Amino acid sequence: MELLSLKNVSVGYDGKAVAENISFSLNSGDYLCIIGENGAGKSTLMKTLLSLKAPVSGEIRFADGFLKTQIGYLPQQTDVQKDFPATVFEVALSGCLNECGLRPFYSKAQKEKAKMWLERLDILQYRKRSYRALSGGQQQRVLLARALCAANGLILLDEPAAGLDPIVTKNMYELIKSLNEESGVTVIMVSHDLAAAMKYASHILQISRSGAFFGTVSEYRNSAEGLSFLGKEVGDDA
Amino acid sequence: MLEKLVSYLQYDFVRYALIAGVLIALCAALLGVSLVLRRCSLIGDGLSHVAFGAMTVAMIFSVAPMYVSLPVTVLASVLLLRGDRAKLRGDSAVAVLSVSSLAIGYLLLNVFSKKTTNLSGDVCSILFGSTSILTLKLSDVITCVVLAAAVVTVFALFYNKLFAVTFDETFARATGTKTSVYNLILAVTTAVVIVLSVNLVGALLISALIVFPALCAMRIFKSYRGVMAAAAVISVFCAALGIFVSIIFSTPVGSTIVACELAVFVICIIIDLIKGGTKK
Repeated sequence: MELLSLKNVSVGYDGKAVAENISFSLNSGDYLCIIGENGAGKSTLMKTLLSLKAPVSGEIRFADGFLKTQIGYLPQQTDVQKDFPATVFEVALSGCLNECGLRPFYSKAQKEKAKMWLERLDILQYRKRSYRALSGGQQQRVLLARALCAANGLILLDEPAAGLDPIVTKNMYELIKSLNEESGVTVIMVSHDLAAAMKYASHILQISRSGAFFGTVSEYRNSAEGLSFLGKEVGDDA
Repeated sequence: MLEKLVSYLQYDFVRYALIAGVLIALCAALLGVSLVLRRCSLIGDGLSHVAFGAMTVAMIFSVAPMYVSLPVTVLASVLLLRGDRAKLRGDSAVAVLSVSSLAIGYLLLNVFSKKTTNLSGDVCSILFGSTSILTLKLSDVITCVVLAAAVVTVFALFYNKLFAVTFDETFARATGTKTSVYNLILAVTTAVVIVLSVNLVGALLISALIVFPALCAMRIFKSYRGVMAAAAVISVFCAALGIFVSIIFSTPVGSTIVACELAVFVICIIIDLIKGGTKK
């Protein structure tokens, strides 16, 4: 089922395009990795997908019945969060807010949902612990649980492994892959980590000033864009 | 000593001071948690100076101070708490607004009000609320009750939304929470609480009432709910204690309450250190 499609979308600031002519469509169950050099417009595209920003031109279409506020977003951590007094459960549960509307409090079902995702991510035992006391990898899992609470089957991850050590990074990627394969979650990930993108993703979107490439990982590997970008960045890994 | 207290409690002005002080402390503590977590601790100080500036203008034109200071302060608060979009933001914006209002207010008072006999007395009571909390009228107390009821209602109804917006504004906006609405609610509530409290307890006290309870509670509690509840309790306790102490020992009310807050803060730091840091 097609979940999301972009047609000739240009994204940028104040009417000025940073990345142009991006077209792709995403089916339910896909794992898309958005790559590109610094300043290519990855973050801008991400904000546009989240409707935090209007596209400069082009059209973004979601599947019928999919609300754009139901993208489970995993942002990078902010300074404010480092000493924020909140328990793991409070943070995860706050993902359910988009279902609340004007209702001031969370329902029992929402609390169950938050518990369910915490358990799925193997951090339910920390639910009464303070968020600020967790390790970086655990905090990232809590934010991922919050994203999943908000999500209707689609999550958007912004550099999910930023600041994590190699082992925790690998666990994080494996966890995301298992969410994708076992729980049927559609994943869009923005990443600098080319090797991981090639290893875990099903599709690649590369954006750059000269244009965008979209295709499956093996298509990307054999494309002109892929050969030059991969050759430059990871060498013989490709 | 207890007898002395009981005998004082028979006076209306003591009861009024106690009710108003405790209610303002409660409002300030609830606001304080959000403001401190947003790195806006100094906004109370800044806005109270803005209110001071506006009040001097009102005095010169012989208008009721509230009619000028309330809209001006609400405007300043909305501008300062706009979040990411402000051009001049954070501490520098607060500093600019705060010192300019203070300076211009004092300047205007000096230039225009030759007829006021006790100029420094007026300024002093605006800034330190030296005696005003002990001279409240019944109507002031009723204002406080209404205000406190409104603030508590706002915080109860929007508790989860304010948490989400404070914890992660981008995520909240991306998942469809109207963050600008909640920022506006917080900004207006902050301004209203500060303007009303500046009249009653002075500018110095209100900024202390905003910052200290939140900092104390954050030292001891690890959940957001715990911090909110503890801040409210600590604030009410300190306000009541400060008022009693100031009555018994004839010390200035505002400064005594601040001193109590400081003492509790030190105690909280010590408890935190003994427990081995908040990270547990």
